Amino acid sequence: MKRYLMLVIVCLAAVSALSATGTTEAPSTSAPAKVELNFWTWRPEDVAFYNKQIGLFEAANPDIHVVQTALKNTEYNTILAAALAGGSGPDVFQGRAYGGLATFADSHYLEPLEQWLPELKNYSAAALLGATSPTDGKIYGSPAVSQTVFMFYNKAIYKKLGLSIPKSWNEMLANFEATKKAGYIPLANGAMEGWTLETMLGGMGPAFYGANTFYNAVVKGEKTFQDPAFIKAIEKMQSLGVYMPDMYMGVSYEDMRAYFFNEVAAHMIGGSYEAAYFKAQNPSLDFDVFAIPGEDPTKPAYVSVYADMNFAMNAATKNKDASVKFLRFLSSKEFGNAMISELKMISSVPGVNASSDPFIARVLELQKNSTPFIFLVGFRYQQPTGSSLWQAAAQGVMAGKLTPAEAAKQVQDGIASYYKPFQK
Amino acid sequence: MNVKRLRKASWIIFFVTPGLLIVGIFILLPLFMSLYNSLFSWNQLIPVQFIGLENFKRLFTGYPYNIRFFNALRNNLIWFLTTMVVQNSLGLLFGYLLSRNIPGYQAFKRIFFIPVLFSIIAVGFLWGLYLKPTGLVNNFLAVIGLDSWRHAWLGEERFATLSIILVNIWRWVGFPSLVFLAAIDNVPRECIEAAHLDGVGEWRMFWRIIFPLIIPSITIIVVLTVIGSLNVFEQIYTMTGLDGGPNYSTDTIGTLFYRTAFGSVDAGSPEIGIGSAIGVVIYLLTFLISLISILSGREKEVQL
Repeated sequence: MKRYLMLVIVCLAAVSALSATGTTEAPSTSAPAKVELNFWTWRPEDVAFYNKQIGLFEAANPDIHVVQTALKNTEYNTILAAALAGGSGPDVFQGRAYGGLATFADSHYLEPLEQWLPELKNYSAAALLGATSPTDGKIYGSPAVSQTVFMFYNKAIYKKLGLSIPKSWNEMLANFEATKKAGYIPLANGAMEGWTLETMLGGMGPAFYGANTFYNAVVKGEKTFQDPAFIKAIEKMQSLGVYMPDMYMGVSYEDMRAYFFNEVAAHMIGGSYEAAYFKAQNPSLDFDVFAIPGEDPTKPAYVSVYADMNFAMNAATKNKDASVKFLRFLSSKEFGNAMISELKMISSVPGVNASSDPFIARVLELQKNSTPFIFLVGFRYQQPTGSSLWQAAAQGVMAGKLTPAEAAKQVQDGIASYYKPFQK
Repeated sequence: MNVKRLRKASWIIFFVTPGLLIVGIFILLPLFMSLYNSLFSWNQLIPVQFIGLENFKRLFTGYPYNIRFFNALRNNLIWFLTTMVVQNSLGLLFGYLLSRNIPGYQAFKRIFFIPVLFSIIAVGFLWGLYLKPTGLVNNFLAVIGLDSWRHAWLGEERFATLSIILVNIWRWVGFPSLVFLAAIDNVPRECIEAAHLDGVGEWRMFWRIIFPLIIPSITIIVVLTVIGSLNVFEQIYTMTGLDGGPNYSTDTIGTLFYRTAFGSVDAGSPEIGIGSAIGVVIYLLTFLISLISILSGREKEVQL
């Protein structure tokens, strides 16, 4: 009797352990002659979209069958790393950008793509930067989606108060004053979470620190973050505190977004990813975006841009030709157009047609004067990352605990602890 | 005889094995895995090379880990001291008052304990709302005419940690109250009656008779406070986030460990080697300090 009991317990344990192993989301029913490609994404919310696109691809390539697996965003990196290390990873998959891409590329898990997809040279330099490993300079992903940081403004409030898109920093401050007088919060941004301050600098900073010129110089180590221009950008950011909500140090990301979409605030510095959320929360919200100008109205206003997703190929895949065909499909204009019209994402594919979505068309227009989102693009490869240093220092500045010069020094010293060009 | 002994042994194994397996797999194995992981250098998620105690050296001396670690540890110390002084004194006071059968003590006993039953995440989330610039607390202060006392409680460095600690005390004070109440109720009636007959006042009776007799309970509460203060995580995570903001003013070794080992999506990539080293340090600290508290509590115990 007891022996049976033990046996039953052991069997139960074994069964539950076996049934706990992973399951893929799409059924794999393929004819034996077909090449089967495994395709992984971190977007369970887009499974239907990808299935539809895979259907189009398979119709054009009857000898290839693609099996999609969608994993939870926050667990994606860990599962992908384990699968690639164990030699059982997918053939084609969504890859992170910048530091996240370098992780896999430097471990030799990714196939360099230039030899397979020569059309990659047509992509914008900003998009390719997110798919390039800084270690060897090779391109390891086909850029898929980008994000842009700029100023959201409430068009209805602008119309009511007779305001227009500012051409200079002072005009923008005048708009802030006008909205303040009318009883609105001029700028919704808060400072409770450090990363929203990184976004804020990405929106208003480039005009003051000198956009691409400064970015290129600081990446090469020719300039530092203690450059007067960068300190001036921090000073200007600090000076916006008077237009931010009361007790903005306690205003969280959720609060600032609510201030904007509930039309309590007239402006918000944020990323292009907010648009879909604003529309969902308040369908009647009439908003648009502009690039934040500097003091000189004759100089162009810049937006900060960063790559957000790439499509990559497993270096160890046995089906390279089929994988390249699928990658080429994911890099096509048709697929890019579908991403815009169905997912409302800003496709990085050159020459996509954004006319189906006026907001995305506007973002693509603003991207013509763009600069890399400085700490994410340039300094998020090693600890302490530029992002983590700036986010904390920026909170110190906004709380009045640090001067802009002290904050700049903290960022500079932190990055210089590992960044070779700063150690010269 | 042998068969009987064997049967008894197999029963013991049968009852002990499940618990042993759970402790082994979920407590001991991760402990040794983190010790093992802390001895390697990591390229993101891949162990690269055995480097001995290099990660511990970097944690204690390398920028920025040294600053972050001691900053976090200082916050844990603030948690411990504030909780010891405020929460446990209040707990002792409440426990004593309840044991004196003050009017309505049955109701108070339940009311004090209700927050202990709340989910820590729910408490953090709700108090996070109350402590917002436009939240309940500031609105209340405005209503009673204390406008100048309004603050961004979780956004200002000088208030953030204390605000979170006070919320946690609100949540947890019922627990020491109940433990002390039970301990005081267990003090033999004869001792108290004898003291009363001898004309001892309330104050002296508490310090000379009740307090020495409830030292075992005090030891338990102190040890739990030590462990709780070293493992603070959820409260910070729900109220000011993984980065221990603003500007690391609410960072604790729990949030520092999590952020370092697993990376923060918004700011940085994982450093599993150093994260594991922090995990090992947390374990050692908890173990040592608990041991010291237990031993020093035992010395002061009084037997009747």
